[in-house]
Amino acid sequence: MSTSESGSREYEPQERALPSNLRREQPLVPVDSVAGRALMAVIAILTFLAALSAGAAVLAARASEQWRGAVANEMTIQIRPDSRRDIEADIGRAVAMAQATQGIESVRAVPRAESDKLLEPWLGTGLDLIELPVPRLIVLRLKSGSGPDLAALGAALRREVPTAILDDHRLWVRRLSTMASTIILSGTAIVLLVLAAAALAVAFATRGAMAGSRDSVEVLHLVGADDAFIAREFQSRFVRLGLRGGAIGGLAAIVVIAALGFLSSRWSAAPEGEQLQAMFGAFEIGWSGYVAVVLVAMVVAAISGLVSRFTVRHHLRVLAWGAA
Amino acid sequence: MGPEVLKDINFSIAPRSFQYLTGPSGAGKTTLMRLILMALKPTRGLVNLFGQDVSRLDAATLTAFRRRMGVVFQDFRLLDHLTVYENVSLPLRVLGKEETSYRAEVVELLRWVGLGERMHAVPPVLSGGEKQRAAIARALIGRPELLLADEPTGNVDPGLGRRLLRLFMELQSLGTAVIIATHDLGLMELYDAPRLVLADGHLHVDS
Repeated sequence: MSTSESGSREYEPQERALPSNLRREQPLVPVDSVAGRALMAVIAILTFLAALSAGAAVLAARASEQWRGAVANEMTIQIRPDSRRDIEADIGRAVAMAQATQGIESVRAVPRAESDKLLEPWLGTGLDLIELPVPRLIVLRLKSGSGPDLAALGAALRREVPTAILDDHRLWVRRLSTMASTIILSGTAIVLLVLAAAALAVAFATRGAMAGSRDSVEVLHLVGADDAFIAREFQSRFVRLGLRGGAIGGLAAIVVIAALGFLSSRWSAAPEGEQLQAMFGAFEIGWSGYVAVVLVAMVVAAISGLVSRFTVRHHLRVLAWGAA
Repeated sequence: MGPEVLKDINFSIAPRSFQYLTGPSGAGKTTLMRLILMALKPTRGLVNLFGQDVSRLDAATLTAFRRRMGVVFQDFRLLDHLTVYENVSLPLRVLGKEETSYRAEVVELLRWVGLGERMHAVPPVLSGGEKQRAAIARALIGRPELLLADEPTGNVDPGLGRRLLRLFMELQSLGTAVIIATHDLGLMELYDAPRLVLADGHLHVDS
């Protein structure tokens, strides 16, 4: 042990010998690792669920866009068989009328064999369908942009070919949009609920941490730390937890979505795969989907920081001197 | 509300003064210190600090005032998850200072109080005396205008107790007002200074 004078004499050589890592990057408020890990797990799970919901909403939005594009560019004329009429002549007349209509790009009468094939999944193969009154289809492909005068075409068809029905798929488009909107809305609602749950979890965890660190907070106050400093200490810890939890949850969601996309592309040869493909298009959420997932993870981290800051500030006001 | 711990107390601490605060256990020494530290609000009466009524201070001034005071708690109040070095540098760290700007100063003070070899230890592995010295070093590092020490020599051997007392006196000569709360008659005999004696909630000054 030395006196203060000898201490200052010895000071120079000793200073050079000082280890450079005197201060570890240790947070000032004690870290309860068990509670921290639990909170991180909760945040990761919530982020995973929110990111999957966001991904599903993006998937539904993309699929419905594909459906609507495909369905709205196409119309069909259905010709019902009538024993008193020559169906082939009716088809010829309807095709001619459709071709004469402005705004229709191409007209194709579906041959008998092809329309029979459409019934195969329901009736099985090896059936002779000649005897059955199967309606015949004419597929009209519309020019993009200019809408044809459907009312006039419909009226003319009813006049000339009473067995024909013009189906512009509007009902389908409406139903599909409603379904897609429902999926998107519920996806968004789930994301919002999960974000609220994450905020509450962080708020409770922060309160718990503050109650457990009451002594540390008081010591920090007494050595001259202001509320902003203490709030930053807590906040940085919860932002880190939020970032880690969010990253883990978001990554897990991306892996799951990518794996589902990979599996669905492997299955696309099978009939089930074809049906899936028909429902969702390619099972891919694209860049916008991945951006949505990353955004959800970042919002979760930001919420963790903001909520903990707010909670700490509130708690510090309550702890203000007099209440201590 | 419980019974009144302190009543009809009227005293002032002059700048650069040195005094003991003494009295039997439970007389209210710690309460009086907490009042001065603004860790307690008086139920009635007036506490003036650095020329201002503390009941009217806003949070920013409160923090600024606390930075002008150093305190040694009887139970040390060191943060157990930080090393001795980190604990002692805390008052400088909370000011937002760069670690390199105060490292040498903190290490020098730690060596001076005999903790040079223990600066990487955490408080739970320190002896009572070592904790006490760490707490004293933390109170001194910010060069406070007012130093409050609650039984600062209670856990150290008489030799170190005398050294610490000399340190407090040196601090006073550099411009700090020092209040030492103690029961230790031996300590008070080492250096004669006014004694604020608390008994039954009342205070009188023995000069």
